[in-house]
Amino acid sequence: MLDGGLFTTVQDLGRVRYQRFGVAVSGAMDSFAIRAANRLVGNPDTAAGLEATLLGPEVQFAQSGLIAVTGAHLGPCLDGRPIQMWRTIAVRAGSVLSFSGQRDGTRAYVAIGGGIDVPVVLGSRSTSTRTGLGGFEGRPVRAGDTLPLGEPTRETAAARRAMRASAIPSYGHQHHVRVVLGPQDDAFSDQGRSTFLTAAYTMTPQSDRIGCRFDGPRIAHRTTADIVSDGTTFGIVQVSGDGMPIVLMADRGTTGGYTKIATVISADLWRLAQAAPGDQVRFGAVDLDQACLRLREVEAVLDALVAPERARPAAPAEAIYDEDAGSELAADGCGDLADALEQTRRGRDR
Amino acid sequence: MYERPAFLTVGDSAVVVEYGDAIDEATNLCVRRLAAALSLRRDPGIIEIVPTYRSVMVHYDPLRVPRSQVEAIVLDAEQQLADVFLPPPRVIDIPTVYGGGYGPDLDDVAAWAGMAADEVIALHSGREYLVYMMGFMAGFPYLGGLSPRIAMPRLPSPRTKVPTGSVGIAQEQTGIYPTETPGGWRLIGWTPVRIFDASHDPPVLFEAGDYIRFVPASAEQAQAIASQIAAGAWTPTVRPRE
Repeated sequence: MLDGGLFTTVQDLGRVRYQRFGVAVSGAMDSFAIRAANRLVGNPDTAAGLEATLLGPEVQFAQSGLIAVTGAHLGPCLDGRPIQMWRTIAVRAGSVLSFSGQRDGTRAYVAIGGGIDVPVVLGSRSTSTRTGLGGFEGRPVRAGDTLPLGEPTRETAAARRAMRASAIPSYGHQHHVRVVLGPQDDAFSDQGRSTFLTAAYTMTPQSDRIGCRFDGPRIAHRTTADIVSDGTTFGIVQVSGDGMPIVLMADRGTTGGYTKIATVISADLWRLAQAAPGDQVRFGAVDLDQACLRLREVEAVLDALVAPERARPAAPAEAIYDEDAGSELAADGCGDLADALEQTRRGRDR
Repeated sequence: MYERPAFLTVGDSAVVVEYGDAIDEATNLCVRRLAAALSLRRDPGIIEIVPTYRSVMVHYDPLRVPRSQVEAIVLDAEQQLADVFLPPPRVIDIPTVYGGGYGPDLDDVAAWAGMAADEVIALHSGREYLVYMMGFMAGFPYLGGLSPRIAMPRLPSPRTKVPTGSVGIAQEQTGIYPTETPGGWRLIGWTPVRIFDASHDPPVLFEAGDYIRFVPASAEQAQAIASQIAAGAWTPTVRPRE
């Protein structure tokens, strides 16, 4: 690592099966993006990669191999030239991956063929910075760290893939997030439920990997906001006594004592993972059947990345560069960086 | 406790099976029985079972098992709850140094309770506490059974750092901080015992359903235990509960 960036951690799909001991799941905030990145380099979904936040890291590769950058557009460059995201990219030993500035979204993912081979702690390589568990020494990476890589397999050596353009998400600053009501929606008045499902909520700078916090119209309870603590899950929307929703994210605690009005559907979790402070979010209710239908659509997009007949042929080396991005960056790259720094100042992960 | 458990929807990948809305041992026993029954079954598509005070959260993969089937699995496990073998409860001794720099709030608790510090220690260490559940942070036990006479409310503003192993009180709860964290409980003591160790599996010294007893120790005894723990030469005193 030549530079750690703002808040870059090693993540995989999280530490499941230890929640009954109070061990937080952690893992990538945007599991769609990290899974896509892994599939683009031929890794299993569970391989560990880097999650970068707003200001990306600077990474020098000690050996040649394959990488893919997905998720937020933080201006990825290889040896100083902008590169395309959401596709397999070959890097040479000594090449440097850097990020020129945030353009869209909050969290970018870097997968490397073979995966990042930090020790497995309780079944996962995810970093829980809150407890100093897993990942690279339980903390965000910084300049001078050397991350161990797994052995590339035949699969990782042969991967040459790209996400089809229509399936690449763009994030923006307005997010429509679908939820299923429950588990404690009956603790809210009809008015409270209707407020939650119709109003626009502004994400606040206190948002981080533990939860997305919002400002907006107060959600009225019918009963008290406090309950006997019970379980939590990724995307559960708790509303404490102040009537503001908090969506619990990857680093959430395993239990909570506030009423939970709804749960974000799995297919939409990435929208919140990529939202930034100041963004507007609207919540809309769907039923379980629709939630599962949307999830199947997401899975189909990911499955298309590994189906060999749909893989694109190997691209000539220069096609990996994103010349459009280069000219845009030249035009307003400074503005983007200033914007990222501004957001960084307001919304840094703790 | 409800007549029959309620199923609460938690998005597309989890369901809560709720046995009641209060903290009591009978409800918690049902919770632990169901959690044990479901964990033993290993149904495909069921990812994780998380028991808490009065409900069990079942995490599942909706692409492998539809919600209706998850409910069927739970109801089937429910039928056999009486047959579920739960390991007999154990009592785990937690050697604890009370007061002084180890428990900076002991004197405040004593003043609040209108008794001598020694009486607080006797009350706190004189009973066994049920581990209802773990949560909040890795290895943090929610213990039931604190004497109401020493149930002092939290600090008005939390400490920014509570050392690993601190033993605290917050209203009718008592607990042990498994790792350093900010926290607002009244700290009455400290234990050298490593409650949570990620290099072990299971990573926590006890399970929900076990009991904890705080055993008063001198600073010297505690430091000696700490050295033994560091050398890997210490095992906790664990015995079956009578």
